[in-house]
Amino acid sequence: MAMCRRAHHSPLGAASMTFGQQLVDFFDEMGDLARFTGRFFREVFRPRYEVAELLRQCYKIGNLSLPLIALTSFIMGVVLTMQIRPTMVTYGVESKIPDMIAIAVIREIGPVIISLIFAGKIGSSIGAELGSMKVTEQIDAMEVSGTNPFKYLVVTRVLATTLMLPMLIMLGDTIMLLGGYVGINLGTYNSLQMYLYQTTQALTLYDFVPAFVKTFFFGFAIGTIGCFKGYTSSKGTEGVGISANSAVVVSSVWVFILDLLAVQITDVLGYN
Amino acid sequence: MTPLKTIAPFAPDKLAAEVVIEATHLHKAFGSNMVLNDFDFELHKGENVVILGKSGSGKSVFIKCLIGLLQPDAGSIIVLNKNVMELSHDALDRLRARIGFLFQSNALYDSMTVRENLEFPLRRHWIKSDQVKVNTMVQEVLENVGLAHTINMMPSELSGGMRKRIALARTLILNPEIILYDEPTTGLDPITAREISDLMLDLGEKYNTSSVIISHDMNCIRQTADRIVLLYNGRAQANGTYHQLSQSDDYIVKQFFQ
Repeated sequence: MAMCRRAHHSPLGAASMTFGQQLVDFFDEMGDLARFTGRFFREVFRPRYEVAELLRQCYKIGNLSLPLIALTSFIMGVVLTMQIRPTMVTYGVESKIPDMIAIAVIREIGPVIISLIFAGKIGSSIGAELGSMKVTEQIDAMEVSGTNPFKYLVVTRVLATTLMLPMLIMLGDTIMLLGGYVGINLGTYNSLQMYLYQTTQALTLYDFVPAFVKTFFFGFAIGTIGCFKGYTSSKGTEGVGISANSAVVVSSVWVFILDLLAVQITDVLGYN
Repeated sequence: MTPLKTIAPFAPDKLAAEVVIEATHLHKAFGSNMVLNDFDFELHKGENVVILGKSGSGKSVFIKCLIGLLQPDAGSIIVLNKNVMELSHDALDRLRARIGFLFQSNALYDSMTVRENLEFPLRRHWIKSDQVKVNTMVQEVLENVGLAHTINMMPSELSGGMRKRIALARTLILNPEIILYDEPTTGLDPITAREISDLMLDLGEKYNTSSVIISHDMNCIRQTADRIVLLYNGRAQANGTYHQLSQSDDYIVKQFFQ
């Protein structure tokens, strides 16, 4: 008790208490997130199935993100090629640029960059939308209208992000590779036929499958965290801003953590 | 301070009617903050009862407990002869279809038009699936609140008073037996607040509903209350008509009626 009092009075003690409290809050939130995810799995298989709302969310989420992902993927492809070229020229392997672009885009850059953009666009939108619904009692109104708000709002959005992100990544990867072709042709001439031949020859099924599988997990994480932050929002309109912001930050961090796990798993399985 | 004794209400005919809500020995706390502490409440058929109390005194918590949005820590709640705390999820949904809830913030769905807002409870409670019948019901309830022209508008295009009327229309569309009003005139100018109070009374008569009204607005209370329950320190501190409570000598009651 006396030690505790001393800790409160000294600046170092106060700082350690703050750090300790932050640590407790962090694990508290992780526990809540785990329970929230558990509830998703309980609700997802239980009728009534909100198919119409799921399709609406798939359309909304896919359609909303498409222009942004197409534009950023194209730019990313051009920039990546232009950045790689000097080093490749130095080592005399300029002809291998398409191979390198293909592997980098399909295995890592495409999934991660597009997921981060998706987290910024959709994760924040979900966090803000559900947060605002929470503070204006729309979620309660839904519940008294005979609707399970968790199923209607959360399950549909998480499923939509899980299904839509892999499709957006496939499309984004293709556009990024086309951006790479444009990037190559800014410095030298390479026919599209040759470029496509080289990129497809450089890739194997082991490049596609793990990269594709991990994108479902990225989509699931972004949807779940966005919904969690919005659904548990508090503190009025200030809380909505916090929810939107932390939905992006936390889901982006989770994309990297899952990416790290995915590369370890593929390594153990011998797919690298 | 001794609690004020219950004063005999002036509408004995309504008190003789069947009890539609009966809450006994309710307790509800959030952490160390005890908001309901042995609270008892009764609502009779056709009655409009106002719950009056300080901000944060547990009035909204109480009506949320009535409809199962919050779970009390102890006590019992019987609504329309059903024990709310023992109902299954489906049974609670069926009960909720018989109770309207007008939220303080209106809680209109921002992403839906007025029509979709009104159709939502009908479709979710599987009341009507025929689009022609749904259209008729939506049109009728909008005409009753005097806003038929707003059918295709978004909530963001409506004024505060209009949003309140649409929220009331959404509450009425299921033809509820009981309506729970959470601060129905808060944030409205005095003229609109009076219009809303008039509308509550008119529609209450037309739809033959009983109401629990949470309010701080003394004009609204004077206009709508058959009976007032003063919630103080988690208990029913006083219970009587507006006239009776306004003449009370009790220090706490006087503060509300000055």
